[in-house]
Amino acid sequence: MELDIVELSRLQFAMTALYHFLFVPLTLGLSIIVAIMETVYVMTARPIWRQITKFWATLFGINFVLGVATGITMEFQFGMNWSYYSHYVGDVFGAPLAIEGLMAFFLEATFVGLFFFGWEKLSRVQHLVVAWLVAIGSNFSALWILIANGWMQNPVGAEFNPDTMRMEMTSFFEVVFNGVAQAKFVHTVSAGYVTASVFVLGVSAWYLLKGRHIELARRSITVAASFGLASALSVVVLGDESGYETSHNQKMKLAAIEGMWETEPAPASFTLVGLPDQEARETHYAIRIPWVMGLIGTRSLTEEIPGIDKLVAEAETRIKSGIIAYDALMTIREQRDATPAEVRATFENHGGDLGYAFLLKRYVDDPRDADAELIASTAWDTVPTVWPLFWSFRIMVGLGFSFIALMAYFFWRSSFKAQSYPRWALRLAVVMIPAPWIAAELGWFVAEFGRQPWTVDGVLPTALSVSHLSVQDLLLTLAGFVIFYTVLFIVEIGLMLKYIRKGPFQDVDLTNDWEARHERRLRRREGESPFAPAE
Amino acid sequence: MILFELFDYGLLRVIWWLLLGVLLIAFAMTDGFDMGVGALLPFVGKTDVERRIAINTVGPVWEGNQVWFILGGGAIFAAWPPLYAVSFSGFYLAMFVILAALILRPVAFKYRSKRDSASWRNGWDWALFVGGAVPALIFGVAVGNVLQGVPFRLTPDLLSIYEGSYYGKFLGLLNPFALLTGVVSLSMLVTHGAAWLTLKTEGPVQLRARSIGSVTGAIAIVAYALAGLWLAFGIDGYALVADPVRDGPSNPLYSEVTRGSSWLAAYGQRPWIVIAPLMGFAGMILAVRGLRAGREVTTLLWSKLGILGTISSVGLTMFPFILPSSIDPNSSLTVWDSSSSHQTLFIMLVATIIFLPLILAYTAWVYKVLWGKVTEDGVTGQSDTVY
Repeated sequence: MELDIVELSRLQFAMTALYHFLFVPLTLGLSIIVAIMETVYVMTARPIWRQITKFWATLFGINFVLGVATGITMEFQFGMNWSYYSHYVGDVFGAPLAIEGLMAFFLEATFVGLFFFGWEKLSRVQHLVVAWLVAIGSNFSALWILIANGWMQNPVGAEFNPDTMRMEMTSFFEVVFNGVAQAKFVHTVSAGYVTASVFVLGVSAWYLLKGRHIELARRSITVAASFGLASALSVVVLGDESGYETSHNQKMKLAAIEGMWETEPAPASFTLVGLPDQEARETHYAIRIPWVMGLIGTRSLTEEIPGIDKLVAEAETRIKSGIIAYDALMTIREQRDATPAEVRATFENHGGDLGYAFLLKRYVDDPRDADAELIASTAWDTVPTVWPLFWSFRIMVGLGFSFIALMAYFFWRSSFKAQSYPRWALRLAVVMIPAPWIAAELGWFVAEFGRQPWTVDGVLPTALSVSHLSVQDLLLTLAGFVIFYTVLFIVEIGLMLKYIRKGPFQDVDLTNDWEARHERRLRRREGESPFAPAE
Repeated sequence: MILFELFDYGLLRVIWWLLLGVLLIAFAMTDGFDMGVGALLPFVGKTDVERRIAINTVGPVWEGNQVWFILGGGAIFAAWPPLYAVSFSGFYLAMFVILAALILRPVAFKYRSKRDSASWRNGWDWALFVGGAVPALIFGVAVGNVLQGVPFRLTPDLLSIYEGSYYGKFLGLLNPFALLTGVVSLSMLVTHGAAWLTLKTEGPVQLRARSIGSVTGAIAIVAYALAGLWLAFGIDGYALVADPVRDGPSNPLYSEVTRGSSWLAAYGQRPWIVIAPLMGFAGMILAVRGLRAGREVTTLLWSKLGILGTISSVGLTMFPFILPSSIDPNSSLTVWDSSSSHQTLFIMLVATIIFLPLILAYTAWVYKVLWGKVTEDGVTGQSDTVY
């Protein structure tokens, strides 16, 4: 791979985004699990649940802060490394990011401080409300981020404005209620819930294996297994919904994931495994299951799913149409208000394909100079590299089903077998801890790598989206991130392990004692002015 | 959509220019004292407990405060996409340094007291110092560069191109005028941190904060005055050649700009804006007096007034310019040609009208719950919940 600005920017984005997503899923899920635990505490008033809540909250806190810190990189990076992208789609893409801050991140960040520092200052119910606000805040945050990302996958509710040389929003409603975004949101947060459930389950299983903190571990397993089972089912169902949406909006991504080089008569078969070969444009040693692909992708027996061959031919047509749009755009830009009406009309008709003409800019400065041969070869650029997609997707789905099995087993033992767990199952639960992270990262890889060569599908090619920077600039920041992030990762894992080994902070007696003191204090505070100095 | 008609494009642009100011000022008023406390940490806290007291004054609130900055970034992206695209990539390495500091700081807050080892805690204390002082300085440096104009130009495709070599771009930012504005910002925020510590602590930490804060406050006043004089006599201003089209398309290349007039000409055209620098001076002077006299609540309020005046004086002096270009003045970004579309500005305004009051309400409630001094007993008595 040649290290140019585009490749380095992509590498940096992939690295920082995947790193950010090491912390996000645990935040999403653990915030809710902790809030559920605290709800049980407030409802039953049993001190053990307070201890359980505080223990998992400590681990939540260690993880949360890195999610927040690495999230700042994500927000900055669009402007720093993807400046043309930011200009070109900021009018649409920026809005959900800003609303995320207004509606979700402020809520989450303001209350998370009170969540940790407020145990002594708030009543039980007040503190519970704060815990739920943190959980709601983080989940809403994911909603707006996925609306932004969903728009990159399926750019609805926007059109190109020749005067400003950018995409502008025409319907906020369409951007928000983009089917791709909604399916991705539920799929992603459910994946977060599964991650946290597997984490809680695995750590608790380790305690049971060691014979420590049995009371805490048993109860935690019950919460994790029930919440985890529901979430694991939801991930797979919504993953299927995502697949259905993809078959309508991102046909190339679907064809690449499935290694469908040629269009099959409906209903298409599903390739279970095989070796995709980009050069030969076929999948060797494929084991196919008839009908399944057609059923998942179209939910019908008659609708056809286009293969790569057909989609490339379509792309070629759109590149030619895009060149016509580009030509009209140049006239509009030169003559502005004096542009003849028929040129405007030509642009109206072909403007939707403008992005396809931009694909040629990698090879020629002016897309109008491209010959038929170049157009034909550029059409093949719209096919992402198949084998990484093909395999990532299959591993992700396999892991997804394994979580259902794991959670179902523990749910069954917890509900019907008096919370007795065989040692092999506990060991398996510990070993499974990293698995949801692998699945989540592969999921993002499929979503983003599968969209190539576009940053915004069909609108803006990745190669055009970057900033005017030098290779040294990028190498320097890339090296900085690698070193910095590695150190933080080691520190984070070290602290996590330390606090897991240490176990819950107080034993139950101490908690009882705290309860009594806290009740007295709250009674004393009543009637005091809130602005009086605390004792 | 009657409301949509009511807010015409030009008006929305002015509203979003104001809102950008509101976000930056709110960031400086809240996260500003977090950064100030970080920068003061090695000087106000000599023992571990003293340092923990200082850290715990901001412990529960820094996370929410930092969102003003993140929201500011989001709002620039959504409401002023060309500004976001040009400035974040143009100040590339400076942005990276700020980013590193802003990542280091949260982690330092959270992890510092999680181990007992003295070297571990010392290391994170340095991280807090750097994470507070460096961004505070660079924000000021950035303002100084914006006032002088930034070396970028826009192609007809509106791609931004920067002049200068790779090191030159970064070192070029550290020119004398920008360093002076950096000193203004650093000393102002350190003073603000001292005012916060005066309110939230007692005993030796408070005494040290007061004495350091009155010195840095005096530095801020002098540096601010010098920067004003330098701006009047040594820095070229920018001006639009023709009357701007207030509701035209957001294409910076459509307007013609000259360089050479004085920025301070704005005070001739709009004399009322002199209130901004006056507030800046008054706030900072009264904050210094408050620190010396040991007044608690009012000192913090005066310091906030100083921040409000100082930051708004920059915005009002430059209006309608947001980011002038030194190598191709016609590429300069102004309020009238670098916003989002009418539709997006309107939707974002609706979202702001709904959520900003809510944010202010619950933030105020959180501060109310946390009201009171952070004491030695408070820090040592409950080490599982505080930093």
